[in-house]
Amino acid sequence: MTWFTLPVDSLLCRCLSIAITLWFTLLLVFTIVPAVFGVSLGVRRLYVRTLLKIFEWATSRMEIGAKEKNQELYKPCSNGIIAKEPPSSLQQEIQELRGSTSSLRSEPEFEVGDIFYFCRRGMESIVDDEVTKRFSAQELECWNLLTRSSYNFRHISARLTVVWGLGVLIRYGVLLPLRVTLAVTGISLLLVLTTLVGLLPSRDVRSFLSEKIHLLCYRICVRALTAIITYHNRENKPKNGGICVANHTTPIDVIILANDGCYSMIGQIHRGLMGMIQRAMSKSSPHIWFERSEVKDRHLVAKRLSDHVADKTKQPILIFPEGTCINNTSVMMFKKGSFEISCTVYPVAIKYDPRFGDAFWNSSKFGLVSYLLRMMSSWAIVCSVWYLPPMHREEGEDAVQFANRVKAAIAAQGGLVDLVWDGGLKRAKVKEAFKEEQQKLYSKVLVGELEQRDRSDNRR
Amino acid sequence: MGSSSSSVNHVPNAQELMQETGFSASQILRLYERFEFLDRDRTGGLSFQDLEALPHLSINPIGDRIIGAFFSQGQETVDFASFVRVLAHFRPVDSNRRDGAPQEQANSRTRKLKFAFQLYDQDKDGKISRAELLQVLRSMLGIQVTEEQLQSIAERAIQEADLDRDDAISFDEFKKSLEKVDIDHKMSIRILR
Repeated sequence: MTWFTLPVDSLLCRCLSIAITLWFTLLLVFTIVPAVFGVSLGVRRLYVRTLLKIFEWATSRMEIGAKEKNQELYKPCSNGIIAKEPPSSLQQEIQELRGSTSSLRSEPEFEVGDIFYFCRRGMESIVDDEVTKRFSAQELECWNLLTRSSYNFRHISARLTVVWGLGVLIRYGVLLPLRVTLAVTGISLLLVLTTLVGLLPSRDVRSFLSEKIHLLCYRICVRALTAIITYHNRENKPKNGGICVANHTTPIDVIILANDGCYSMIGQIHRGLMGMIQRAMSKSSPHIWFERSEVKDRHLVAKRLSDHVADKTKQPILIFPEGTCINNTSVMMFKKGSFEISCTVYPVAIKYDPRFGDAFWNSSKFGLVSYLLRMMSSWAIVCSVWYLPPMHREEGEDAVQFANRVKAAIAAQGGLVDLVWDGGLKRAKVKEAFKEEQQKLYSKVLVGELEQRDRSDNRR
Repeated sequence: MGSSSSSVNHVPNAQELMQETGFSASQILRLYERFEFLDRDRTGGLSFQDLEALPHLSINPIGDRIIGAFFSQGQETVDFASFVRVLAHFRPVDSNRRDGAPQEQANSRTRKLKFAFQLYDQDKDGKISRAELLQVLRSMLGIQVTEEQLQSIAERAIQEADLDRDDAISFDEFKKSLEKVDIDHKMSIRILR
């Protein structure tokens, strides 16, 4: 039997080796070489355009299929499930409630019907609220052939199922291994090259080379995610001696921004692979890493930040003031710590296109590794980065007001909703002070009526 | 109405709930998605903590009472059916509904008033006593008014509404004092179809 199987075996081996060689050649030519030189071949953009056409076809097939089978298609509402009413204040609502029933009285009064306002507001927030939905991935209007983002996929049409199956094969069989290979290459190169550069004596040569190495490795990582990034207003790119602030959606934000410029990172030292990468990065360029115990010490953090920005030869620090990942439909409260330091702030707005793969990291649902695998098995990550003009803290403006001003600018540019709520509400409860505000508003209504009635008396 | 969607079939007792509450299939589906979203630990029921986690609800002065309205006597969790039944009170009144007498529907004017009444009447004895009124006022005003101001506000409110002079507000007296208020609009939430 052996003489029969041998030729087949060697044939198989030969085919396999040819396939692998081809694989690596393609990899080298189409991805790593352009990454080294910072050039783009335009392959990714063509890929994205083709995908969009396929998605549109898929959605129309679903609609046709649903009509044929006389089923209703579930249409996700991105604006909330409660019909929009014109916004009104507590004052206005209670006034309307009382309407013509209030009669002349000289003391603050209470109506038993006032409770309706609070009751309705409470119920509305149970049905739909602005805050908690920011901590989960947003819903898509058009299906993108990923089961993870579909509510209607129910084998509506055979053609659609076939295309979907093909999509799964391509994503998991072709794209995922390719991307994992690239990611591993990128990270290993980073570790090896930064360690080597760290051994060099001359500081200028070190910083020059480390810049090149960082850019190279980030470009490879960007290709590992098939990220298609459009940078706008590059003349506003952050310069040395400043702080760059951006809205936070995912850890990949760092790669997206570092692909175009060199930043100093700030964060906590981790263990394991992350820790290794952090230490390697520190060898060749200045980053700010904190021990776990030091993180709580606000003065220490502020001091190290100010020292870093005071040195004009050091790169701008990249900070995400929200403190946690938000789902890229809104910008939540910016923590004031980074805005207390007097220096130039370079705001950056990052907006992801969710049609090709939702970049949001829901840390309560997925760990980092499974998140990265999901990212690498999506179609692509398409995003736009806008560099906004630099801002300074003005006279008489405190850190909180400055933070809100920057936040408003980022939200306006990125087309995101500007919320005052703290991203920390993901895990913590809201402060009592907010409830007191509501109580204050209501008590004003009771007392304020006195002033209104006096005025109307005087008019008569 | 049209055909029912097969996607609503994995919602438990969907048809019964639709009949009982008057919500459409897509509304029930949306509410079910919301229910599953709020039920973070996937126990199939909402606990007090699940609802308390909503920021807008915890800053609501009477937030605790509203959450309490979902839990019937002694229950620890709210299942989807109870969730929908409570929310059914807030469906806008539809004047064209032909099946069933208007008074029996969850979202009738009387039922909406009853719901609000029960937010005051925590011991469920059918009357809002002076003490209960004071509790609600204290929640709604917090530290913004003094004890004396609170007492005088409560006194006036009872004098206004209490027609039979028994120092408590019964449900009929409550209804009477709210005759002129547009309950339908003020106690309704329009959920998109």
